[in-house]
Amino acid sequence: MKIMNIKSLLVIGVFALVSVATQSSVIAQQANDPKFNKMMKDGFRAEGIAGLDRIQQDETQKFCSDPVFAGSVKGQAMREKIQKINMDSIKQPSDGKYIGDWKKGEAIAQSGRGATWTDKADTPIGGGCYNCHQIDKKEISYGTIGPTLWNYGKLRGNSQELIVYTWNRINNSKAYNACSNMPRFAHFKLLNEQQIQDLMALLLDPASPVNQ
Amino acid sequence: MQRKFTLGLTLGILAASISLSSLVFAQTATDEIAKYREMIADGNPSELYEVAGEDLWKTPAGPKNATLEKCDLGLGPGVVKGAAAQLPRYFKDTNKVQDLESRLMTCMQKLQGRNPQEMVDAPFQKGPKKDMEAIVAYVVTLSKGDKIKVSTNHPKEKEMYELGKRAFYFQGGPMDFSCASCHGEDGKRIRLQDLPNLTTQKGAALGWGYWPAYRVSSGQFWTMQQRLNDCYRQQRFPFPIYASDLTIALSMYMAKNANGGTVETPGLKR
Repeated sequence: MKIMNIKSLLVIGVFALVSVATQSSVIAQQANDPKFNKMMKDGFRAEGIAGLDRIQQDETQKFCSDPVFAGSVKGQAMREKIQKINMDSIKQPSDGKYIGDWKKGEAIAQSGRGATWTDKADTPIGGGCYNCHQIDKKEISYGTIGPTLWNYGKLRGNSQELIVYTWNRINNSKAYNACSNMPRFAHFKLLNEQQIQDLMALLLDPASPVNQ
Repeated sequence: MQRKFTLGLTLGILAASISLSSLVFAQTATDEIAKYREMIADGNPSELYEVAGEDLWKTPAGPKNATLEKCDLGLGPGVVKGAAAQLPRYFKDTNKVQDLESRLMTCMQKLQGRNPQEMVDAPFQKGPKKDMEAIVAYVVTLSKGDKIKVSTNHPKEKEMYELGKRAFYFQGGPMDFSCASCHGEDGKRIRLQDLPNLTTQKGAALGWGYWPAYRVSSGQFWTMQQRLNDCYRQQRFPFPIYASDLTIALSMYMAKNANGGTVETPGLKR
């Protein structure tokens, strides 16, 4: 019985080794660590609208949680795959309209509210754009995690290509940069289509204060 | 009373100067906050918590009606001075790596017979947590000025550090955030709030070294556990369980990175 056990353990061991080796030649992401998984599982409880499903990572989150690999030469193929998954998830505006109302867009850009466990399910979620970006120069309280968006349209014009790029970037920034710090606003339904149209106007409408 | 009034007045002036500074530039507002900190540095309201904490430390309480004076925070039973500067650490009696708050829970259980689950379940700033906050203020004040000196010599300490590092980079939630989203690069801000890069010694010392702190915006003394809890709230994560290994691992990661920095607790924060 004992010998049987050792034998079967050996078989399992070899099998595990082979599968790890095969996997690593394909993705070589950091190894799955049962101890870490248990710590995360035991470390959180659901509260209000913030359920435990929020720590169930999708492929993008898993990949980007290992920045050493994600930024490596070896990670290049996987980066491209992640970007494609995210690009494929983007929907162009259902009414064909890309540009909404910049005034509403400014309000969305200002608000950093929503989606925390102290918010209700119907708390309007803001874009939180000023948290990380300079946008209208008149707002001096802006963050620096993202690039400045002052004069966004004025500097870049309003070609169809730029419009679609900007739409895509707000909808799902990971389509261009697998591990961009920017939330995927449409992917997780943080913002709806109309809100994104309004943010588009803030950046691209020649009448928007951003482009003065 | 006098101090409260002065604090209120200073706050008012600060608020006014911040709204005025919308005419000026962002950097100026940051400077104003720095000036304000300097102004009330001699009167950190944490002192009120600290005094209450010392009282709680020395007054018999709990089912066993005992004090915490024999509590071993890592430097031997009853030694408080300098203890917080070397936490988290491995404790033989529990066979665990513990941060200050989880260790205090052990002392409350062993010496006073208090139920640790009640502490875990209590909301911040209420009931047993209120006692915890005061005791933490007392303990960390007795390390003020010491060098941060956290060890990873014990295998469990080393393991906790590695787990904490991995947790620091763990992305999740509807905004894909991890701790590193905000605290992984130098010189970044959210709105006007400077963000320390906790992956470097300098940044970690700025973060770890100044918490627990009195938070002016909420008028409350916040322990490190509460600070981490609010980070996860803003990350849009579920609720981190008080004193869970996850929270201790993150503290271990920050504290070890901060080694050599100075303990400035209790800090004074926005």
